[in-house]
Amino acid sequence: MTTIDSAAVYDLFAEYGALIDMAQYDEWLDLFAKECRYQIVPRENFDRGLPAALVFCDSRAVLEDRIRALREANKYNIHTDRHVIGLPRILGDDLTAEAPFAVYQTDQEGETRLFATGLYRDRLMPVGSRLRIRDKLILLDTFAVPTLLATPL
Amino acid sequence: MVTAAIWPALDYSRVPYRLYHDAELHAREQERIFGGPVWSFLGLEAEIPEPGDFRASYVGELPIIFNRDESGAVKAFVNRCAHRGALVRRELSGNAAHHLCLYHQWCYGLDGRLMAIPFRRGIRGKGGLDASFDMGAHGLRRLRVGNVNGALFGTLAEDAEPLEDYLGPPILAQLRRLFDRPVKVLGYNRQRIRGNWKLYAENTRDNYHASLLHEFLVTFGLDRSTQVGGVKMDVRHRHNITWAEAESDTDEFAHQAYAGAGVRNDFLSLKEPALVTFHPEHADKLNIVITSVFPSAVFVQISNSLAVRQIRPRGVDEVEIFQTMLGYADDAPEMTLHRLRQANLVGPAGLVSMEDGEAIELAHRASKPDQDRTTVIELGGAGIISDRDYRVTDVPLRGFWSYYAELLGIEPAGAVR
Repeated sequence: MTTIDSAAVYDLFAEYGALIDMAQYDEWLDLFAKECRYQIVPRENFDRGLPAALVFCDSRAVLEDRIRALREANKYNIHTDRHVIGLPRILGDDLTAEAPFAVYQTDQEGETRLFATGLYRDRLMPVGSRLRIRDKLILLDTFAVPTLLATPL
Repeated sequence: MVTAAIWPALDYSRVPYRLYHDAELHAREQERIFGGPVWSFLGLEAEIPEPGDFRASYVGELPIIFNRDESGAVKAFVNRCAHRGALVRRELSGNAAHHLCLYHQWCYGLDGRLMAIPFRRGIRGKGGLDASFDMGAHGLRRLRVGNVNGALFGTLAEDAEPLEDYLGPPILAQLRRLFDRPVKVLGYNRQRIRGNWKLYAENTRDNYHASLLHEFLVTFGLDRSTQVGGVKMDVRHRHNITWAEAESDTDEFAHQAYAGAGVRNDFLSLKEPALVTFHPEHADKLNIVITSVFPSAVFVQISNSLAVRQIRPRGVDEVEIFQTMLGYADDAPEMTLHRLRQANLVGPAGLVSMEDGEAIELAHRASKPDQDRTTVIELGGAGIISDRDYRVTDVPLRGFWSYYAELLGIEPAGAVR
């Protein structure tokens, strides 16, 4: 059994939000393990045991495709993101951690709105001296999505 | 007040921006369209399999519930207490023997009848309701319910034509194709767009925008305007089917067409091709079928992603798109996984749909300050409204406006239908 290093978990969550907010998506992808999952699930579905997600990446290939589509094809509201990630709560010693989050979006004219709030539930694994994400479930409280969801939560 | 004089053209090729922004008109829509002789999509039989199962939904802005009663029949009513007008059922779904209003505990049966009123006779003979109070006249307001292979529709109008006549043969055939086997719900998603609901109703009838706004379609090879496809409507032109056939063009022809139009035409490939892989499920080649039913339902097949969208107006300036993701009850686990992957294509984060949220907000925002000016709707030509066997067209938008004008009582004399 690996003992989880809470400072490493804190670093990972801090890095995670900062890289999205800086639109450094390649570096953001590097926070994930080679084999990984990433899902954004409306709480409405999760609570009813329904499997459909807003973003369903059951492999690293799909996650990379989504980032490529974001850059190459998709068009979305011009904005910047700001992640405010709460203190992670480390669950047991099986490398699972949860953290509440809020994401604010600011448009070109400086108007900010709360875009999303919810809970990260991450299963992590050590890769070398770092922790990497092997399964990220984003439980989306704000499942009435304002306008559209393009940049990662 | 908006009248028939508002239309600059009798073929609806010009729509004044006022129609997306006028508050009085919005109130009239609720009364004459959603409260009028239309059939609105409510939900699915698959969502209420057992007696007592209920779900909350909307007809326009009016909250409704539909449930399965003790006999197994589907009933629907306005979710509003006869007493003080409060919302009766607060939960979105569940199972119950009756519906109890929180406020004064008036109790309604699964058929909508008023069953019990606390302190009806008062206490010690004092207070309560008069003995002449008619319980039978104070049930929940009933909707007529129609059903196409498990897709439930409701109408508030006593005189609405039968559902099958309202839909007409081509739409009915498409719904029977989509619901040719029992479905199961894979989940829901919701998108709140700061725009008038009719901008979204138009968007789903607009074949022209698809491969231009949703660049993913062409770039990653899912759908392009060079494919065999077109638009098909009911005789009144109020509904529409936008359709396309898989692998019905060549890369070379598509390159030439898009390059000739000055539009990006480099084609990229995905690391996970299953995102766009199409497994035919019917005895046809259709891989895109978008069926818009007036006023506010859209039945969607994009590759193997299946869904129903309900357009829910929220005042004149906002709309919620409520989407139910579907599979078939007998899907193998691999097919369910395929549909969950292809759910990446649609919804508020959809690779081929997210842009609609932005486009509608742009149109709503810029049209608001200058409401006497108009949109232009004449791709595929102005004049007659008719089916087309090509894809660079927005003719069905004019069909939508024609029926809209009729219901609102603003149809000009001599207008096309």
